[in-house]
Formats: sequence, structure tokens, C-alpha cells
Amino acid sequence: MADVSSSTNTTPTTTVRPGRFKEFWRYFRENRGAVIGFYVFLFFLFVAIFAPLIAPFEPSAQNRGATLVPPAWLDGGTWTYPLGTDPLGRDMLSRLIHGARYSFLVGTVVVIIAATGGILTGLVAGFAPRWLDTIIMRIMDIILSIPSLLLALVLVAILGPSLLNAMIAIAIVLQPHYVRLTRAAVMTELSKDYVISARVAGARLPRLMFVTVLPNCLAPIIVQAALSFSNAILDVAALGFLGMGAQPPTPEWGTMLAEAREFILRAWWVVTFPGLAILVTVLAINLMGDGLRDALDPKLKRS
Amino acid sequence: MLKYLFSRLLTFVPTFIGVCIISFAFIRVLPGDPIIVMAGERGMSEERYNELYQQFGFDRPLVVQFWDYFTGVLQGDLGQSYVTKRPVWDEFFALFPATLELSFCAIIIAVALGLPAGVIAAVNRGKFFDRALMSSALIGYSMPIFWWALLLIIIFSGNLGWTPVSGRIDLLYFFDAKTGFMLIDSLLSGQEGAFKSAVRHLILPSIVLATIPLAVIARQTRSAMLEVLGEDYIRTAKAKGLAPPRVNGVHALRNAMIPVVTVIGLSVGMLLAGAILTETIFSWPGIGKWMVDSIYRRDYPVVQGGLLLVALLVMVVNLIVDLLYGLINPKIRKR
Repeated sequence: MADVSSSTNTTPTTTVRPGRFKEFWRYFRENRGAVIGFYVFLFFLFVAIFAPLIAPFEPSAQNRGATLVPPAWLDGGTWTYPLGTDPLGRDMLSRLIHGARYSFLVGTVVVIIAATGGILTGLVAGFAPRWLDTIIMRIMDIILSIPSLLLALVLVAILGPSLLNAMIAIAIVLQPHYVRLTRAAVMTELSKDYVISARVAGARLPRLMFVTVLPNCLAPIIVQAALSFSNAILDVAALGFLGMGAQPPTPEWGTMLAEAREFILRAWWVVTFPGLAILVTVLAINLMGDGLRDALDPKLKRS
Repeated sequence: MLKYLFSRLLTFVPTFIGVCIISFAFIRVLPGDPIIVMAGERGMSEERYNELYQQFGFDRPLVVQFWDYFTGVLQGDLGQSYVTKRPVWDEFFALFPATLELSFCAIIIAVALGLPAGVIAAVNRGKFFDRALMSSALIGYSMPIFWWALLLIIIFSGNLGWTPVSGRIDLLYFFDAKTGFMLIDSLLSGQEGAFKSAVRHLILPSIVLATIPLAVIARQTRSAMLEVLGEDYIRTAKAKGLAPPRVNGVHALRNAMIPVVTVIGLSVGMLLAGAILTETIFSWPGIGKWMVDSIYRRDYPVVQGGLLLVALLVMVVNLIVDLLYGLINPKIRKR
């Protein structure tokens, strides 16, 4: 939704004020939800990085003697498997911990691909003559007119189901948002005095694009990056759930849900925990995104 | 206004052609030979293969193939399914009412709960109510709905036994589909309990599908209301001594509705994406499940035609929303 309101966006002054990060942190800290989200995010990041050290078992290690063991606090549960085991006797906790790695990998890779492509295309559209701008924006309209998950599904069907292809598909689907945001921001910046003076001073096009204008367009893009990070995690999990993302036995959270589906009425824990992990991660990132928006872009502030 | 309408329609044409090109291109780059897929397990002789190859026109230049496809689309011919051998167009319209019924119920839930929630939150800004409602909205917004659906099934179908797990109606009932809308058909059939059964099948899928639009509408209503509540005319209305419900409900909400209507219109795309997951989980025989099944089955004409029709649907709705927006807010037209 950030892209809808961003056309009114203006950016701060060009001179770098001392302690800019400090100022950002002061605004960010005002929003308690954002700080909580940030800490949860750090926690998941920690888990993801040190997964092999934290997890009590290998994620794919099967114990045929202990299938569908309930969580420790229920009858029949044991502390060997704090969150129980799945139908193949694999430890739920270990699989969830390793799953965090895939989610962060997905979020990071998708945002990098989508943002790089989107920012470059948006810059070109903003600086380009009108006909080229029109062509680029029409193509983006076409991509946006197909529901994102459907387009991603068809793209994965073309590329073949795998985690990497799911990431590429989601990145393509998310990219138009960056293009629109960047283009809108560039358009507002271009008419400003500092851009004209840079032009008069003889700055060439690449310098104008990347050094003069781009840094002043970054605020809404950073907010969008946070939002698409959580979108990427959700969509790749959805693709995994439909069997078009990561393939079993990968402990990706969406794929785990798909594998657990037939057991929902017998063993609620195999379904509940992976989904809860997705929800908490996405919620934390969205909270952070709201805080980022308030801190970086006061004009977009909601309340 | 006419000029605005015209310019808006003009941008519609290249987008439509673009979507046609994309859906045409997909079928050509998808892996696997569609004819071999059609032959199935038994395989086919080389002569039959060549015959079909020519029949489908794969031997002609791509441009000619596209032109045939495009003119076909303009005349409502989207080809036929490899699996059922029925025209894609007929299949789409046989299943579309199911998706429409589900989406309609979802959007009613989303608006009926989201609007009041947003207004209440804005009026009580910063208080407990506001924070509770907005926290729930953010949770709804972050929800992986496929998991949410499974959770609701565990609770309401598994533990409480209140609602069925899948389908649109109990197998007990059988009647002709007159309108394709199960709620209406079951009423028309006059069979006892049929309508109740249809409603019970509809509840969980609608709630699941409504979740994200509900959260988005609540958030958008709140921020639009907050903006409006700071305006001078609200202060005037209050100073005149109007009762708060009238100020909030009539003076503020009316003006806050413009962005909210846009969001409701734009959530159609969101609903269709959500329908893919919701229909798959609840075995709801609609467009979403049809598309997913066709992708699994590599039924290319269906994937191609379905993609085109769904995109067209989203585009038409967006166009209508844009036009309505121009009608409500004269400032937009001038751009």
C-alpha cells in the first residue's frame, strides 16, 4: 500500500546532517511495536545463522520408533522432542529452526533481486523520454493486472518447481512495486533546484541518476523493502504449500505444512507450529516496516 | 468526464494486448510437448502426432499463430481443454459462480466488520480499543491464510464438528444448477435443509478469504478517518453541537470513504489470489482450484485462457474503480 501514497513523497535535505542514524533511531524507538518487531527479527536471524548449533537433531534425521510424538507438555510427550515429532519421526523443533534459514534466505534474495531490478527500471523510466517511460509502465501494469500468486504459480510451472525458481518468480511479481515507487520519487525530485543545478554544473546522466537523485528517493524504497521481505516469505511458503516451492524433505515452513496436511485431525502440532513460525516472523517484519515508515518518511505517517 | 473516460479506456487497450501476448507466450515456453501430454500414457503414432501438430497449427510461424489466437480471443474462442475437451470459455463460466459467491460473501464480511472497526479505532485513537483493533488488523494482515484455514478446520470441523471440511453442499442434496450460486439454487430447490447445508459449507472459506481484505480495509478506514477528523468542517460540525455519532458517521465517514472505496475495489485482485489457496484447501470447485489443477495437469489451453480471463477481470474491475473514483472526486479527472 505504500506505493499508493508515495506520490506525495518528498525527501529530506541533501546535506548529510551529523548523527543521522541517531535521529532515525530516536524516531524508530518511539514506536514500541516496531522495537518489539525488531528484537523478534534479530532473534530469528540469530536462530537462522546458528541453526546447526542450536537444533538438537538433524532436520532430516528420522526416528521410526517415535512418530507423531506430541509436544512435551502433553500426555505421551517427552523433553527429547520439546515440540513433538512429525509422521516420519523427525524432530519438529529442529526442523523449525532450520526452516528459519530458508525463510531468511528467501526474504533476502527476493528483496535483492526485486529491488535491484525495480530500482534500475524505475530510474530509467523516470529519466527516459516519454515513449520509453510509457512502454515500461504499461509492462508493469500488465504484470500487476495478474494476481501475484497466480502469476508466480504459472512462472514456477514454466521454470519447474524448486525453491530457487519460486524465489525468482516471486521477485518478478514484486518488482513492479519498486518500479512505480522509484519512478514516482524520481519524477518529484527531477523538478527540484538541486537537480537542475547539478545538471547545469555538467553532471552526466549516470551521475545524475545514481549520485544526485537516487539517494533522495531511498526512504520509500526502504519501507517497501521491509514490506516485500514479509510478502516474499508468505508467498514462497504459499508456493511450498501448493507443492510448487521447496520440495520435501526441505524443512521449509510452507512445505512442512503441505506434508502435514493429512494429519491435521490426528496431530495438531505438526500443522500449528510451522504456521505459527511464519505468522510470528511476518508479523515482526511488518511491525518493523510500520516503524521504518514512520521514522523515515514522516509524510506517509498514518497516525 | 468524457475525455477522462476516453483516455482511461485508451490505456486499457495496450494492457489487454500485452496480457494476450504474455498468456500466449507462456504456453510456448512451458516445458513438455502439449501433444504428448494429450496422448497420455499410451503414446501415439508418428502420423497421428504430425496430424495433430498441423491441426493445432504449431507448424506455422509464431506471428501467424498469435494472430489466430488473438482474433480467436476477440471472438470469445479461447481453445479447448486437453483433458476434458470442453471449450475453456464454457469451463470458466461453469465454475465462475462458485468463486463469485465465495468472494462476494468474503467481501461482505470484510466490509461489514472492517469499516466499523476502522471508524471505532479512529474515534478512540490511542485508547485500548484502538490498539486492540489495530493489533488484530496487523495480525490478520500478516496471516498465512493457508495455515489459518487449516487451524479453523482443526477447531471448528475437527474438535467442535460444527462445519464440514470441503465442498459446497452435502452429497445428500441434488438439484439442477439454475444460477450456479449454491445459496440461491438450494433455496429454489425447496429441499429441506439444503440451504442450511450450503451456508454451513460457505462459512469457513468466506472467513478465510475475508481475513486479509478485512485487515486492509480496517487499517485504511482508520487512517482515512484520522485525516478527515482533523479537518475544519469537523470542528464546525462539533461546534454546532451535533451529536458525535452524526459527526463521525455522516460528516467524517462520508469524506473518508473515497480512499476506502478504492481499497475495496483493489482488493478484488487480492481476493482472486486468496481464492487459489482457499479453494484448494476447502475443495471449493471454483476458478482458483481449476487453475491450480490445470497447472498440475499441464492443461495448457486452460492455464492460458484462465490467466487471460482472470487478468481481464482484474483489469475491468480496476477500470470501474478508477471511473467511479473520477466520478466521486472531480480533482482526479483533470490529470
